[in-house]
Amino acid sequence: MDIHEYQAKKILSDFGVKIPRGGIVYSPENAENKAREIGGSKWVVKAQIHSGARGKAGGIILCNTPLEVAQATDKLLGKKLVTNQTGPEGKIVNRIYIEEATDIEKELYLGLVFDRNSESIMVVASTEGGMSVEEISKEKPETIIRSKIEVAVGMQAFQARELAFGLGIEPDLIRMASETIINCYKVFSELDATMVEINPLVISKQKEILALDCKMSFDNNAMFRRSEISELRDKSQEDPKEIYASDRGLNYVSLDGNIGNIINGAGLAMASMDMIKLAGGSPANFLDVGGGATPEKIVKAFKLITMDKKVEVILVNIFAGINRCDWVAEGIIQALKKIEIKVPLVIRLAGTNVEKGNKILKESKLNYIEAHTLEDAANKAVNAIKKK
Amino acid sequence: MAVLIDKNSKILIQGFTGKMGTFHAEEMIKYGSNIVGGVTPGKGGQKHLNRPVFNTVKDAVKSTGADASILFVPPAFAADSAMEAADAGIKTCVAIVDGIPSHDMIRIKRYMKRYTKNTKMTLVGPNCAGIISPGKSMLGIMPGHIYKEGRVGIISRSGTLGYEAAQQLKNLNIGVSTSVGIGGDPINGSSFRDIIEKFETDGETDVILMIGEIGGPQEVAAGEFVKENMKKPVIAYIAGLTAPKGRVMGHAGAIVSAYGESAIEKVEILKECGIIISKNPSVMGDTVKLVLDKM
Repeated sequence: MDIHEYQAKKILSDFGVKIPRGGIVYSPENAENKAREIGGSKWVVKAQIHSGARGKAGGIILCNTPLEVAQATDKLLGKKLVTNQTGPEGKIVNRIYIEEATDIEKELYLGLVFDRNSESIMVVASTEGGMSVEEISKEKPETIIRSKIEVAVGMQAFQARELAFGLGIEPDLIRMASETIINCYKVFSELDATMVEINPLVISKQKEILALDCKMSFDNNAMFRRSEISELRDKSQEDPKEIYASDRGLNYVSLDGNIGNIINGAGLAMASMDMIKLAGGSPANFLDVGGGATPEKIVKAFKLITMDKKVEVILVNIFAGINRCDWVAEGIIQALKKIEIKVPLVIRLAGTNVEKGNKILKESKLNYIEAHTLEDAANKAVNAIKKK
Repeated sequence: MAVLIDKNSKILIQGFTGKMGTFHAEEMIKYGSNIVGGVTPGKGGQKHLNRPVFNTVKDAVKSTGADASILFVPPAFAADSAMEAADAGIKTCVAIVDGIPSHDMIRIKRYMKRYTKNTKMTLVGPNCAGIISPGKSMLGIMPGHIYKEGRVGIISRSGTLGYEAAQQLKNLNIGVSTSVGIGGDPINGSSFRDIIEKFETDGETDVILMIGEIGGPQEVAAGEFVKENMKKPVIAYIAGLTAPKGRVMGHAGAIVSAYGESAIEKVEILKECGIIISKNPSVMGDTVKLVLDKM
């Protein structure tokens, strides 16, 4: 789960990391007042969307008067920002963060992630703040320093110190920098984060160390014990079809193609999509209804797929184990009594009682195309579009 | 023996009396697995499915001699149960559950570093279908009848894609020595490399089919191990050719975030390591057959 910059900064601040003064606003009037309240002579107006690279997309505006702050807010609110991370549809701006401008002396990069190789927490830092970590590793890989943290004992002072010295921070500021790094580690380890990225972490002309921007992601599997984090979810930043799916226990990812998929199991779903591509087609979605493929889930899956206007054919591929094909076939028939399908439907069943399942489908007078192997199913789905 | 479990494995069900535990225990018993009892804290002393229930894994191991267990406990308690099993001397533990926080998985793995190689439990999963040694024992939730007895070792991150492979093999009259589902989570108990190493020394396995997917370093790590250490042929299929970068594809661990984690990159690297690639998921069985026919 992702959260907004202002939410992430509030968390950092609660853990003792310094951030510039700022506040969240929802209207231009609000913004003007907030700028006066914050004080100073320069402000940054920042669109809050779940994406990096907002600056290049025009989502971050530097202002010299409270009136300019109001105008910038007016310009951004309600707008869809398209960045290189949002996809062409962009993300809507409903919240604006107003922050005092910082006199920057030096920009650094600090990121914390899970390292799946060593199964530990990896802290990554670089002197090249402001660039994305992908850019840094391509253009200035020699500036990247890493530290692997043993989770059982947590981050030690010397590890933070090594990173701080490695970043070339002047001796007077080492202590402050080390504390900042350790506090970020605490956020990661105490809140079930999967990513904490501060880019840039800056040293100001006033010799303060501040988090100027921050991205955080959290483990969805840990939300049962992180209610304070799950409350920060902003559904306006997610694809409506993906929200519909996740609220109903389906794993769904919207894609660009025209073949709608209903499949049980993530691996089988990816494999079916691969077959579609090899057959010359293109999947409209990834959809895993879960290993069990219960009739309730199948009804919900058909509802979801029919919401997608791109879909020109639906491919159902279920490998029934303990749940049995005859039971799955009944589920499909029940679902199609409730939902009208206007596009061709290809069904491939496999596994337990496959003959019985196919017989039930055939006798139901359902209008569908029967398929037998993964390859057969993909070919028939692609051909069904060609015939139209 | 086959790897990890065989006819002699004495199995405990952790979370025995719950709905899931009961259902799958019955399925395993029907298959012929030797279920010797179960653990549900607070219900010790009772009988369930005609078998004893214990309060702790230690009690259960002491009175039944159990050496394998399978967890049917909710995600919030799964890490605790896995560590309890490790501490009680269980040798092989399967965690079926989907939804264990990654921080908990790291904690389990760290906890298990206290054991030496010989006393350390093999944890398989989480978010997996479990283990089956066809005709001998099933420690999982798979449909047992799709697996024919034989000499192919299967390792798969995905459950249903592993079933697909077993069915394709059975249709070609090819059997399986052991099939191990290592699960779809970013941090898991056993990696491809861990299980491949066991198959290499298993007298009942001739070839290994490895079914991977996008995300994470484990397929590549297995490839390097195969190149350096393996004599038995390894066949692989990697799912997720069409998966977009940076998106989680169902499995929490199926996300491309670094070089070498996409399907195309993994296939290239595995080929260089001498692994035979199944071109698509429809020919996993045929590819294994081609290799077997040449042996």
